[in-house]
Amino acid sequence: MKDRAALIKDLGRIFPPDRLLDSSAQLAPYESDGLTCFRSRPSAVVLAETQEEVIQTVRWCYQHSVPFMARGSGTSLSGGSVPVADGVVIALNRLSRIVQLDPVERTVTVEPGVVNLKVSEVAAPYNLYYAPDPSSQQICTIGGNLAFNSGGAHCLKYGMTSNHVLGIKAVLPDGEVVHFGGPSLESAGPDLTGFYCGNEGLFGVALEVVLRLLPKPEFFRTVMAAYDSMEAAGNAVTRIVSSGLLPGALEIMDRLAIKAAEAAVQAGYPKDAAAILIVELDGEKDAVESDYIRLSALINETGANTVIVARDTVERMKIWKGRKSAFSAVGRLSADFIVQDGVVPRARLGEALAEIERLSNIYNLRVANVFHAGDGNLHPLILYDGREEGALERAEELAGKIIKLCISMGGSITGEHGVGLEKKAYLPEMFSPVDIETMERVRAQIDPKFISNTGKMLPGGEAPALVIRGLHPLEKEGILSRE
Amino acid sequence: MLHKIQAEKFGSRGEGMAHAVEACVHCGFCLPTCPTYLTMGEEMDSPRGRIFLMKEVLEGNLSVDQAAPYVDRCLGCLACETSCPSGVRYGHLISPYRAYAQKNRKNNLFQKTFRWLLMESLPHPGRFRFLLQMAVFSRPLQGLLPRMLRSPLSLLPKTIPKEDDLPEIFPAKGDQRARVALLTGCAQQVLAPEINRATLRVLSENGVEVVIPKSQGCCGALAMHLGEVERAKISARKNLEVFENAGPLDAIVTNAAGCGSGLSEYRDLFHGEPEEERAKNLFALVQDVSLFLHNLGLKKPSGWPEPRKIAYHDACHLSHAQGVREAPRELLRSIPNLILMEPLEWEVCCGSAGTYNLEHPETADLLGQRKAKNLADTGADAVATGNIGCLVQVRNQLEKTGSNIHVFHTMQILEEAYRNGA
Repeated sequence: MKDRAALIKDLGRIFPPDRLLDSSAQLAPYESDGLTCFRSRPSAVVLAETQEEVIQTVRWCYQHSVPFMARGSGTSLSGGSVPVADGVVIALNRLSRIVQLDPVERTVTVEPGVVNLKVSEVAAPYNLYYAPDPSSQQICTIGGNLAFNSGGAHCLKYGMTSNHVLGIKAVLPDGEVVHFGGPSLESAGPDLTGFYCGNEGLFGVALEVVLRLLPKPEFFRTVMAAYDSMEAAGNAVTRIVSSGLLPGALEIMDRLAIKAAEAAVQAGYPKDAAAILIVELDGEKDAVESDYIRLSALINETGANTVIVARDTVERMKIWKGRKSAFSAVGRLSADFIVQDGVVPRARLGEALAEIERLSNIYNLRVANVFHAGDGNLHPLILYDGREEGALERAEELAGKIIKLCISMGGSITGEHGVGLEKKAYLPEMFSPVDIETMERVRAQIDPKFISNTGKMLPGGEAPALVIRGLHPLEKEGILSRE
Repeated sequence: MLHKIQAEKFGSRGEGMAHAVEACVHCGFCLPTCPTYLTMGEEMDSPRGRIFLMKEVLEGNLSVDQAAPYVDRCLGCLACETSCPSGVRYGHLISPYRAYAQKNRKNNLFQKTFRWLLMESLPHPGRFRFLLQMAVFSRPLQGLLPRMLRSPLSLLPKTIPKEDDLPEIFPAKGDQRARVALLTGCAQQVLAPEINRATLRVLSENGVEVVIPKSQGCCGALAMHLGEVERAKISARKNLEVFENAGPLDAIVTNAAGCGSGLSEYRDLFHGEPEEERAKNLFALVQDVSLFLHNLGLKKPSGWPEPRKIAYHDACHLSHAQGVREAPRELLRSIPNLILMEPLEWEVCCGSAGTYNLEHPETADLLGQRKAKNLADTGADAVATGNIGCLVQVRNQLEKTGSNIHVFHTMQILEEAYRNGA
């Protein structure tokens, strides 16, 4: 470690002392992201203000074989922005310029530290907006959205981040600066932009991203319907989707999640409901109104006991605020919880939820469910008491069972949060050894020294996958600590 | 967040500190409303970063001095509490933590002297007035002073207002609807005595008799926020007694948000101590004047002949610390011909934050300029706010940008609206 400390001083050639953080008090707050059960301390955090500084830092890391991780607001829910132990964190919050906004072409070029919601704010005067809307959109950054191909409630209709990224300028782990795609909607050759999206920080650092903007929907109908059972809400989703309607968003929250959201933001959800369904229709007024008639009929037929329709923007935002605060709000029910992110085929939602409930009873752990029902993207929140001996292990085991359930149903281990550290161990459940070896070979071509956010996503190699029981090998060495 | 804080080691408020740490899930929803995170863009200067640092200190992994630069830079605006979905009571952590840190940090003689000077002057109207007069007199020399002493001077009014002795009782006009006591606020009474006068007239106009106990003292908020608990308790005990002896009251009204939240904090200050019950009783009566009037039902003012655009500036200690946002807006909206304007970033602190603009002038300036721009962008003719600290800070920052927007207390606007009809 001593050698590393001496080496870090050399970064002073790129950064002035106030932007090269290396004292304990400066490093400690960077140890975790949105998943506090993983902690790991870097050797240094650099606060980059220009693209050139990022390029120089990556080249420096390559030259000295020092691992690095680019970090935006540190809101990852898969441990994706937990620092590489003893490596360098490149903080990008200050690399946040809006490089160019072209309202005619409906594109905007931004630096990676720009906050998701800020993109819509700068586009608003032109009646445009940026569609992907992770629940943390008021703070998560475009760099992180790109790295994890983030989703959000409205991805049902509009697609994930990768559907809105047209071009990328990035510095690869060996220091080469590359340009993929561009402002044009169509490009020849392989889709390298799509390839780069969702790389979880393994392919270096994005420096500039060209995003596509959409015209703001003219009209919204946002409906909150409460049901007596989860099954009834799940059936409503199936009915809505099979009717041919394509809502902007189609979300479900269960009893525990409703309770937490109500405590946090008083969204006006009925507290005694077993499940609520949030459906939002958006688009041209006439089309939305005619869809709304069909939707209302479906909601009545499926036995909703309370239906609230937002009358204005304020009421609409109130309904959404409850949903978007739900993860953190669960902190009111339990100080410790694991946020899961798995996908099942939409038609098997009810079956999956019943199984999760069964598992929850077996493990004697409460599970709150908040999910993008339209996509079949589940977010079970597993509540546990970290002070109780063995509770975290039990919670992790339950989380693992749920993930395996998703795979066995023909789904995926992640819908939008990424693999990160948290689900690394489950990657081999979903992919064959040949698949994974291919991924490793691709990665080795791009990052021959394995220095870019190393230890995340791909199992094997330099950092062993996390195990469910007992100490992680890095924990045994005292490099990583999980409280 | 999990922690290993041994709450019992930190006295009666240890449990509250531990709870705040436990409740934090590190989601980052607090970041966009934190004034220091917005200006500095680094994790140590964010609410969740500070929670992490305080946790590390309380667990014994970091020293008080190592964490001090970042914890000291917190304005204590509590915007993070408003934006926190998991309900972290940040105030329950930072206040007792500061008290703990104050006792356990290395001496910084300059800071210590400066803070002592503040605590010995600001809460004592006589001394504060004298100091102000000296300062105004010496203004031509201020270029020679270090920045830390120059910044308080730049906040001073051009002239010190005449001393205004308030009566002990200000009668209600017409039928009496309520009887309240007024906390006059020490610095406010010296810097802008017209605010208390306006408050008295508005209350009287609404049929409220106001008692102004002569022997009331500083609420203790200044000492509390600097971590000087014992000094704060002396002020608090005195006020408990004074207001208990003020006769039957419907409320103890405050018109300086900082003082209002200071009185409300007595409960926490005396948590687990003999005075706790009395502090709770006092808390039950404390109300910001805007909330009190709103609940009472405001007598309709006559307003102005021409439309006036007024932007409302939320004082952090009113909106975040006391949760009062709608009442002052409702009062203003009830004035005929008043068009209420809403600035962007209502939740972000203006940089005043008690004595923050005196101790951290650079950050306070950045925040002040940001606020001034947001307020000016509304196109308002004037700004209304509910706290003397914000009023002075916003006025200075607007002046710096060459703006001629005036800043008033909400009560001054109401008073004028009544006067116009008289």
